[in-house]
Amino acid sequence: MGTFIPNTKEEQLKMLNEIGYKDFDDLFKVIPDAAKVKGELNLPEGLSEIEVARKVEGLAAKNTIFRSIFRGAGAYNHYVPSAVDAIANKEEFVTAYTPYQAEISQGILQSIFEYQTMIAEITGMDIANASMYDGASAAAEACWMCKDRRHSTFYVSGALDERILTVINTYSFGRESKVVVIPVKDGQTDKEALKKALAEDDAAACFLMQYPNFYGIVEDAEELCKITHDGGAKFIMYCHPLALGALKSPGEIGADIAVGEGQPLGLGLEFGGPYLGFLSTKQENMRAIPGRLIGETVDTRGDRGFVLTIQAREQHIRREKASSNICSNEAWCALRAGIYLSTIGPEGYEKVATLCSSKAHYMADELEKIGMKKCFKGEFWNEFATTCPDADKLLAALEEKGILGGLKLCCGCCDAGCDTDCILWCCTELNSKEDIDEVIAIAKEVF
Amino acid sequence: MKLIFEKSIPGRGQDIFPACDVPCKLPDAPLREKKAHLPEISENEMGRHYTALAKRAHGVNDGFYPLGSCTMKHNPRINEKMASLPGFAKLHPLQPAHTVQGAHELIADLEKFLCEITGMAGVTFQPAAGAHGEFTGLLLIKAYHTDRGDTERNEIIVPDAAHGTNPASATMAGYKTIVIKSNENGTVDIDDLKAHLGPKTAGLMLTNPNTVGLFDPNIMEITRLVHEAGGLCYYDGANLNAVIGIVRPADIGFDVIHMNLHKTFSTPHGGGGPGSGPCAYKDFLAPFAPGLVCKDGENYERAEKSIGNMTGFYGNFLVMVKAYTYLLTIGKEVYTLAQNAVLNANYMQEKLKDIYPIAFDTTCMHEFVIGLDPIYRKTHVSALDVAKALLDYGIHPPTIYFPLIVHEALMIEPTETETKETLDEAITAFREIYERIFNAPETVQNAPQTTPVLRLDDTKAARDPHLRYEF
Repeated sequence: MGTFIPNTKEEQLKMLNEIGYKDFDDLFKVIPDAAKVKGELNLPEGLSEIEVARKVEGLAAKNTIFRSIFRGAGAYNHYVPSAVDAIANKEEFVTAYTPYQAEISQGILQSIFEYQTMIAEITGMDIANASMYDGASAAAEACWMCKDRRHSTFYVSGALDERILTVINTYSFGRESKVVVIPVKDGQTDKEALKKALAEDDAAACFLMQYPNFYGIVEDAEELCKITHDGGAKFIMYCHPLALGALKSPGEIGADIAVGEGQPLGLGLEFGGPYLGFLSTKQENMRAIPGRLIGETVDTRGDRGFVLTIQAREQHIRREKASSNICSNEAWCALRAGIYLSTIGPEGYEKVATLCSSKAHYMADELEKIGMKKCFKGEFWNEFATTCPDADKLLAALEEKGILGGLKLCCGCCDAGCDTDCILWCCTELNSKEDIDEVIAIAKEVF
Repeated sequence: MKLIFEKSIPGRGQDIFPACDVPCKLPDAPLREKKAHLPEISENEMGRHYTALAKRAHGVNDGFYPLGSCTMKHNPRINEKMASLPGFAKLHPLQPAHTVQGAHELIADLEKFLCEITGMAGVTFQPAAGAHGEFTGLLLIKAYHTDRGDTERNEIIVPDAAHGTNPASATMAGYKTIVIKSNENGTVDIDDLKAHLGPKTAGLMLTNPNTVGLFDPNIMEITRLVHEAGGLCYYDGANLNAVIGIVRPADIGFDVIHMNLHKTFSTPHGGGGPGSGPCAYKDFLAPFAPGLVCKDGENYERAEKSIGNMTGFYGNFLVMVKAYTYLLTIGKEVYTLAQNAVLNANYMQEKLKDIYPIAFDTTCMHEFVIGLDPIYRKTHVSALDVAKALLDYGIHPPTIYFPLIVHEALMIEPTETETKETLDEAITAFREIYERIFNAPETVQNAPQTTPVLRLDDTKAARDPHLRYEF
């Protein structure tokens, strides 16, 4: 078996005897016999490093790595600059715990303080927290931030990714809040329905929209913000962080809270995790923020330093009255996001947003030429839904060539009223013109 | 040290993205007016910035890290290597099921291992951290009672020594927290438990060994009493490293448990996460499990009365790869982890107890707690001072001021991956600090002296909050 225990059996026995125990049985006699496992656990024999690697590499080899990816829907195939891995994998970052002891954790604390600043900057909000588990759980916690004694209904757009809605619903089962989905009209939130719902409900806490929404459409966020505020509720925007390199930021729109999935900021696809939830808000909501916050202060010499702060919100101090139970977060993923945004800089941030948008528009035009029409009229950024005569057939043909096509949408879910299959396509800066042309050529062959 | 924004010079930067090979097109929608301030910095300068930050951080690889309750054991290198294999790292979570069979096989194998270790029937990997696992477990308990029409049960019993996440999770699940006392031995006061059990009891949350490092000798009676009252028993697996392979939570009456893969199962903590907090449950809770599971190689299924989803996809998959790699390495001899962890803790306790007051002076499990209060009263040297003094010895301090039932607490968890020499060095450091407390108390109260910054003003940070750099 492999082991990471340094002490030899002889050393262990010597230590045991030195502190007054005969052997391990003697040491463990504080546990009642009735509580102990009888015999051995049914686990395999431990393996050497070479054997372990062979076994795990064998499992990895059973998976298909697509050379060309046109699927998004919540997980995006963006480029991860070389510096991100090289820097983030420094073992001081990897093997540290939450920075409870500030004097020897300045490196971790400062990196998160810089991350908080960058998230506040890209979302245009005042302040950001130190990270959440993922976008979906961040969205659920954002809704809870808006809840008070009189306001407990969460309104969400029907054009929100269903996986995120499910997490909001699950969280709400806990504290028994009501979640109401505003219907979709032509791929966008039905504004009249939202207006009406808010007008009829004194208990409306918030309205959450996705930006761009699940179908890729860039909705009229300013109008939705106004309707929400007029209806007495808080406005939450769930954003793609790279779209904000081009689109008006939540801060400019007037949102109360911005959240989203930080995976596009220097994290791989990773079969869904670990990802990174980001959350930013206005200064006035500071004490309602869930999770860790890093703040600036000084040491006894007056030198600048950073600490975990405003901890009176948190579980280890407030226990059952805490704003959230979050303890571990995704600090290392936040570090990656910080390195990513530092690498691309303000110019790269705009450029990548333009590249994603341009590729998607080119692809949409090309698909249209071969009869796969856009499902909705609305403006889009890097994702868009089209009709398709036979989605399974096309996706299988693409898969055979090592291409992961768009996501087949379940019929009727988008309310488009079309009588064919639909596919949600996604382009990023990694999809070259040749890659897109190849998809079009294969589609031409199939149909 | 400068912030990265203070090193930024307009016009500098790095070339990552190619020119656009298709016509440039942005949506006809309101565009951003105010540019985001992001650093403009060369790769070399950026690399040095982060290297300087790394030098101002302390991980397990830098030195001893006996942070109680956090199980800061060695993070094996092979785990990291396996998690970075493209066959895992490059998978889209919405790929067709038949193209990710290796990933699902790994998840299924890991589930089998964790079921065997805990005695439970199933595992959900949806929770992204320990506290998230607690929340998941409590929602399973809630779904179970609700499904039976047993809706009056709105109380979760939590001992006063519990982790802060326990009551916070109970609140998130919509429960009222009922706190019960610890007895003079530091374990559950059975009479107080009995006094609080009743028709409103939804369940009990317990960690065993508990946060003072003691295995509760009455554990079988405790879980029996909760069940007799109609409640369920939740095992907070934060301290599983103490009993892995020796005690199975299901065998001692627990119905649902979370494990911290970033503690017991050796995955790194990354300066605060990502962790992974899989939640294991007995058969009768399986219908309520969250998430989608691929069992037949083609289709994703959801449990019949599923509570929904805790995260967007399948949880922190790459962390699962690391824990799986670890368990393949250790195999059936997992009990050796607990053995050496408990030995190391008792060794340190024994070598310090003649001078430092031990909160509950008996055989401990994987950790023990010093209650510095008597010394503090005499000398005004606090647990915080001792913690800060350890920094000058290159040792990460223990957890301090927790558990709340011990005044001036220092909670020490050496873990099994430390050598006797490391323990001896730490013991010497503790003993030297003890001498200084009485001979030169100000040197302890003014510690640390060798760290990049000296003691920081927490009060100022909270009173006058600066949570971001102002441009």
